Amino acid sequence: MTRQGAARRALARLSGRIITFFARAVTAVQPIWQGVAPDAARQRIYFANHASHGDFILIWAVLPPRQQRATRPVAGADYWRSGRLRRFVGGEVFNALLIERKGEAVPGTAIAQMAEALDAGDSLILFPEGTRNQTDAALLSFRSGLFHLASQRPEIDLVPVWIENLNRVLPKGAVIPVPLMCKTVFGAPLHLAAGEAKADFLARARAALLALRPRPETDAPAEPVPAPKEAP
Amino acid sequence: MSPARHDLLTVILGIGGVLVLASVIGALLGRRYSPQGQNAAIENLNDRIRAWWLMVLALALAFLGGRAGVIGLFAICAFAALREFMTLTNATRADHRTLAAAFFIVLPVQFWLVWIGWYGLYAIFIPVWVFLLLPIVSVLAGETRNYLVRVAEMQWALMICVFCVSHVPALLDLKIPGYGGRNVLLIAWLVIVVQLSDVLQYVWGKLIGRRKLAPKLSPSKTVEGLAGGVLSASAIGVALWWMTPFRPLQAAGMALMITALGAAGGLVMSAIKRDRGVKDWGHTIAGHGGFIDRLDSVVFAAPIFFHVTRYVWNVG
Repeated sequence: MTRQGAARRALARLSGRIITFFARAVTAVQPIWQGVAPDAARQRIYFANHASHGDFILIWAVLPPRQQRATRPVAGADYWRSGRLRRFVGGEVFNALLIERKGEAVPGTAIAQMAEALDAGDSLILFPEGTRNQTDAALLSFRSGLFHLASQRPEIDLVPVWIENLNRVLPKGAVIPVPLMCKTVFGAPLHLAAGEAKADFLARARAALLALRPRPETDAPAEPVPAPKEAP
Repeated sequence: MSPARHDLLTVILGIGGVLVLASVIGALLGRRYSPQGQNAAIENLNDRIRAWWLMVLALALAFLGGRAGVIGLFAICAFAALREFMTLTNATRADHRTLAAAFFIVLPVQFWLVWIGWYGLYAIFIPVWVFLLLPIVSVLAGETRNYLVRVAEMQWALMICVFCVSHVPALLDLKIPGYGGRNVLLIAWLVIVVQLSDVLQYVWGKLIGRRKLAPKLSPSKTVEGLAGGVLSASAIGVALWWMTPFRPLQAAGMALMITALGAAGGLVMSAIKRDRGVKDWGHTIAGHGGFIDRLDSVVFAAPIFFHVTRYVWNVG
């Protein structure tokens, strides 16, 4: 390893510490390990609700250090490749798995990338809504990626993670985060059942995620809203 | 060493002694009744004692750090409390700017006004200026749903978590004849008496509590606990009269006033928690809950304690 490479890696690790410290100062994020234990050395796919660019940080921040290094957020290449700072934070600090969302020409690529990362032993954080939820609904309907990944790697635990309140900390279009207490609730792992249809599985996974909300009564009704247009 | 400094160290060592005693009792109870951590009440007691060590350490450092230390510590407490309170409000996306202003403008300005000692402004900044300006910021977002509720909640949050908390360090500003340089001891007395009242209400309640005080609000509070806690904490307040500018009888009256206000404040804040369906305001102080869970009684006692002391003892 070159000296420059080592310095850069140290800088990336320090930046990770600073970002998580800041995230904790703003949100006092509290992990609630409702369905799984934090320290199991198991490989996992964490799937969570997505309301802001900081979502994966709140999951990442509460993972044990050993798991942090082996857990990669799946994020949109268009956002995290624009600008040097985002490239550094996305690529080197969080080792994000960047997928192309635009250009619907190669639909299977993203799943192949994720499967490859799983085969290399990494865990993943992904947001099956596919885009940030900027509506009043608690959760958008899921895109099919989670199903395809689950059918290709059926042995890996799919852990639902509800991120509570971050949408209020940093709502759509806001630049300054407002300090509010956040929680990340980890549910019991799911797997694709034999012969389970795509729509059934996605509905089950979505319901499992919604069931983790600490204060469901205060949210807007949880009816599914029309899905964003899906790639064929 | 100045006499004030000497007295402050005496107080800190005294509290340290009480904590050592509490830790020993907690450890003995733990060995006797909860060796495997199976007794939730005793585990919680020991969590609380451990958290008290940290809180007393923070307070002691702040007191020894003088004006900057005390104002800084309570500004941090106000921030943490405001964060807990705002989390439970109905504030929506439309209130984002208002919330940002509350945290990053109102809070620092209030503590800066306390820092420069501008009584005429810090006493009215939130009740008058912010009261009128804050709803304007929210109204500009154009969202009318729940408007009154949202605005009223944010104003309550700022009054409780910023205005009231800032009146603890504001005690440093009082000019009391014959008490120069000792104001930090007055803060220590307020905090000790009110917090001891909370602890002793808990202890008396566990020992002889029978009649529930307010079963809907706070199922563990009892009439016996309340009376025992308020009276015994006030007795300690009298015994510590030498920390204050008050004579012993005056100290008794003040101690009764702040412990009663503190107990009532605890009930008010419990009502808000029940209304919002939560058990604690937060999770950041192990065994206690959040900052507001620990501060609620001091919050309700501080402004009135400040003003009564100011009307009666302050000059100029």
